[in-house]
Amino acid sequence: MKINGIRGGLLALVRALAFVGLLLAGTALLAVAVASVSVAGLGLGHLIQNLLRAGLSGGRQDLTDLLGAALGAACCWLVLPAALLATRRLTMRTRRLSARWCGVPVRQAYAPAPPGTRHPWWPAGSVHGYRRRMSWLLGDAATWRDLLWLAVNTVAGSVLLLVPLLLFGSGIVAFIIPALGSLAWFYGLQHLVPPPAFPGNTPLVLFIIGLAMVVAGAWIAPPVVRGYGRLARWVLAPSTQAELELRVAHLARTRSETLDTGAAELRRIERDLHDGAQARLVAMGLTLDAAGRLIETDPAAARTLLYEARDASARALVELRDLVRGIHPPVLADRGLADAVRAIALDSPLRVRVTGTLPGRPPAPVESAGYFAVSELLANVAKHSGAVEAEVDLRHESDALRIIVRDNGAGGADPSRGTGLRGIERRLAAFDGILVVTSPVGGPTEAILEVPCALS
Amino acid sequence: MRVVIAEDLFLLREGLIRLLEAYGFEVAAATDNAEDFLAAIRKGGCDVAVVDVRLPPTFTDEGLRAALTARAEIPGLPILVVSQYVEQLYARELLADGAGAVGYLLKDRVLDGAQFTDAVTRVARGGTAMDPEVIARLLARSSAAEGPVGRLSPRELEVLELMAEGRSNAAIAGRLFVTERAVAKHTASIFAKLDLQPSDDDNRRVRAVLAYLGR
Repeated sequence: MKINGIRGGLLALVRALAFVGLLLAGTALLAVAVASVSVAGLGLGHLIQNLLRAGLSGGRQDLTDLLGAALGAACCWLVLPAALLATRRLTMRTRRLSARWCGVPVRQAYAPAPPGTRHPWWPAGSVHGYRRRMSWLLGDAATWRDLLWLAVNTVAGSVLLLVPLLLFGSGIVAFIIPALGSLAWFYGLQHLVPPPAFPGNTPLVLFIIGLAMVVAGAWIAPPVVRGYGRLARWVLAPSTQAELELRVAHLARTRSETLDTGAAELRRIERDLHDGAQARLVAMGLTLDAAGRLIETDPAAARTLLYEARDASARALVELRDLVRGIHPPVLADRGLADAVRAIALDSPLRVRVTGTLPGRPPAPVESAGYFAVSELLANVAKHSGAVEAEVDLRHESDALRIIVRDNGAGGADPSRGTGLRGIERRLAAFDGILVVTSPVGGPTEAILEVPCALS
Repeated sequence: MRVVIAEDLFLLREGLIRLLEAYGFEVAAATDNAEDFLAAIRKGGCDVAVVDVRLPPTFTDEGLRAALTARAEIPGLPILVVSQYVEQLYARELLADGAGAVGYLLKDRVLDGAQFTDAVTRVARGGTAMDPEVIARLLARSSAAEGPVGRLSPRELEVLELMAEGRSNAAIAGRLFVTERAVAKHTASIFAKLDLQPSDDDNRRVRAVLAYLGR
């Protein structure tokens, strides 16, 4: 056996062990979910039974039955949603590990949380909220897949994973250690080692059997781990239809949001032009007209008016320039995203370091979305974080534009509260882009935005 | 003084020619694209160039790049770049060679003929003329000022700011309502704090401005 083979085998064994850990956690979750449902069911059943009986005989309610029903309801209210979400976490981890360790990527397709769900892990605050949350979780085919996976994993997964682990483990514990233990006898340490599994054999035979088991365990571990990944994919991968349904829902939502944003933007531009440059031009026309009338009779006053008109034209230019900057920043058009971000960094009151480069230019709409996202993020940093330094990193990796904005501020930014972050998310969503903000209290805050795109 | 102009908008180009000629400049060539501009520069005999940032064919920053090319070919060639908007990034690129004789103004400044031609003259004589808007945006950052520039007193910063716009000591004194002697004292203190060795005064002014813009 080559060194690589041995290492691969041992690595696969460690991974199998980790999967067993996940499996146990999953089984426990399944037990919790089943238990809370059955406690609720039993409690309710008893209550109804007694109610019926009491109604017939005119007797009184048993206190324990009421308590049972209350406990069941509490379980369903408090525990069940959290258990389902924990299951989701667990299977997401399994999917990731399956891609990384087993070479079997497993896709996922969860319906997004209903709007306004802020802390899905906490018990819902109202019956309505609970119903909405449960219909989100239980109405999602992916949830049922997750539960099915917990069951399948508990039965089939454990058998699969335990074969190499048991071979390897028992080879060591039951054969090799006792074989070596008989050597330990010489040193008076034999009471420390377990007795051999098959007494009567010579240490050499024990050792050979043990070694064979260990080697066999390590040898079958890699294919077993791969097989486990396939099992996970078989159960966990969403059907094409489920994926397409989610995709359609996502596209419909982002499309309408994009249209709304576009329309609002046009209204803003129209208003700015109407109240700004247009009004100034009208005023300028009037001033010039007055100057024209005065030029013969009162040249001095006419000159004052002419200078006034000149100043008004300068102000109109300033307004137009600001407007253009808001629509499509000239430096972005001239130089592309990396230099435009450098320009933002120079204008920011913070010390901003820009790292990374882009080997080409993303499509213009993506560039624009990225530019305004960085601009908004840095403005947020300057306004709220109390940071004095920030860092922007740009790169294009695995077919996606990735921009990281990091600061040394106080942290505690909540994406669900600021409209700015929500706006960035909406803007990026139109390109299937995402924004992830991690901002622990005490800082630092890190915002990562990623937009799939090709460079030209 | 002989000027070469590169400006693609006909009206503005004609306006510039008329303005400069009215103030006694001689327009050696007025071009509407970067290539003709560079050709005119290479012919020589030009004291100062006025270049628009946006030029055909791509209408991005061709004019700026042409200006940088011209400066690389003829070091120290006085160039005044005008644009519809100003970017600190571009200001830095223009100043990067440290040779001075550079200006960067908004096109709006053309409206005030006297001030504009004054800026052209300053650049032609080896000074700088930075648009007040570049300076204003720099000031917005000054809360986070660090390094040598952070050591300057508020008054010295004011002086440096006007110096960056390209004003002479006399003009600065007029602006701040102090004597020219007081301004000279401030500039000496600025040079000392920025660690600029006493050499040629103009060159030191440019280097002070560079330190200011470079933070």
